[in-house]
Amino acid sequence: MRDPINSTITGIKPSGIRKFFDVVSEMKDAISLGVGEPDFDTPWHIREEGIYSLEKGRGHYTSNAGLIELRHEIAAYMERRFGLGYDAVKEILVTIGGSEAIDLGLRVMLDPGDEVIIPQPSYVSYEPCTIMAGGTPKIVELKAEDDFRLNPKALLDAITPKTKVLVLPFPNNPTGAVMGAEYLEEIAKIVIQKDLFVISDEIYAELTYGQKHASIAQFEGMKERTVVINGFSKAYAMTGWRLGFACGPVNIIKQMTKLHQFAIMCAPTTSQYAAIEALKKGDDDVARMCEAYDARRRFLLHELNRMGLSCFEAKGAFYVFPCIRHLGMTSEEFATDLLKEERVAVVPGTAFGDCGEGFLRISYAYSIEKLKTALQRIERYLNQKGKV
Amino acid sequence: MENNSVSEKSLKERILRIIDKNSKLSVQELSVMLGNTEQEVAAAVSEMEADQTICGYTTLINWEKVDNEKITALIEVKVTPQRGQGFDVIAERIYKFSEVEAVYLMSGGFDLTVIVKGNSMREVAGFVSAKLAPMEAVLSTATHFVLKKYKEHGIAMETEQIDERMLVTP
Repeated sequence: MRDPINSTITGIKPSGIRKFFDVVSEMKDAISLGVGEPDFDTPWHIREEGIYSLEKGRGHYTSNAGLIELRHEIAAYMERRFGLGYDAVKEILVTIGGSEAIDLGLRVMLDPGDEVIIPQPSYVSYEPCTIMAGGTPKIVELKAEDDFRLNPKALLDAITPKTKVLVLPFPNNPTGAVMGAEYLEEIAKIVIQKDLFVISDEIYAELTYGQKHASIAQFEGMKERTVVINGFSKAYAMTGWRLGFACGPVNIIKQMTKLHQFAIMCAPTTSQYAAIEALKKGDDDVARMCEAYDARRRFLLHELNRMGLSCFEAKGAFYVFPCIRHLGMTSEEFATDLLKEERVAVVPGTAFGDCGEGFLRISYAYSIEKLKTALQRIERYLNQKGKV
Repeated sequence: MENNSVSEKSLKERILRIIDKNSKLSVQELSVMLGNTEQEVAAAVSEMEADQTICGYTTLINWEKVDNEKITALIEVKVTPQRGQGFDVIAERIYKFSEVEAVYLMSGGFDLTVIVKGNSMREVAGFVSAKLAPMEAVLSTATHFVLKKYKEHGIAMETEQIDERMLVTP
């Protein structure tokens, strides 16, 4: 029998996080700080709106691009939060989470051999999605000395005549890094000068601390070459509802909508109704959760630094990214050993790209009590290893 | 320390929002969580204790889990307000009893809500008939016993907190 599988697909490495998940799952008493989603439940008024839509029998398809009322709400949100005006009819697509939008965006923009610049450490899907779209990933390393921002010089060095798309993953998972307007400006200049396009994954846009999120689409000449991706998972604690959106130029959104139509039809109707409520009345929920994350973030940074695991001050998402290089172990060795010895799960930085070596991703989507317990165990581990 | 995204909100308000749900945290922990110095947090807390913004530190207990089953009653009380003193004097006479957990002045069909705790229904009934009802200013009482507490102080009492998230996700 012939091999039924496409060779491009077999060539893609499975997510490194998956391997670690299997190990953790076998330990019943493990405390995990390895989760990439909010610990809060979806606010009740949003859930209730979803339930109400079901009671009303709203279990049908919506238009391919999503309920027009939801797209109007998304347009209003983009305007009030970022001053970005998008046409609800032609420039917004509602997707199954931000991850579908990433996949669609790359697929509609890439021709075979086009290069995509992917800063790493970053979310796990950019690289495989690029490969599946026939593109060639070019990794640019984000460095601790730049506070894990994209360095303009490193970007320039990576650009070749074949470069077409830059993925901009800020606020960043796993580092927690943000890129303020003053840094984005430099990047925008290069993008325009080199005639590139940007997929800006802004799924954590609402979760920044001490400064408001800036979008690269806000710079002159950038909106027409940027697909902004956002969604409801992180800001409104709606991960399982699977709802995201893409905003961008008419020509790109049109083609993304076409692909979405063939592969997906439309995003889940229940989720779309709930999302309308989230955008209309969810601002206070976002502020409340954000304040709680901020307090935990400070707590975690303070404690890890005190234990000698140096942490740059992450100002976005809900992750910190401590360095363990001085311990003479790889990230995976540390994470595996910590799990075995003290039953605490953290994610090796290498799950987010090879250059995550020497770092760990620790999530603070946990209550202070849980963080405290986990930190006590981590400290005990470091003490036992004589590493403090 | 960098500026907090909520720095426009006062430190006191930020402290209160945290300890409203968890009064167990130490000044040191609060200072780390809020990004202020321990001195600033300690001073703010002392000020709020002094001016009675913070009136005490309590623990939210589900007494049903303990043998000691206390009875709670909500009593609607109609009273005659006193000239020149309104409802305050009669409210004070009522809330000074140690059995009384809370007293609220109400709009609508009656005047005061009195929450009373006791060890038995008999004890609460005794308090109402012997102390509360006979007060000169009290015109009438209607006693309702609490059968089950679902939620108190913003916290659902019996829901089990299960983390249903997968242990590790990207």
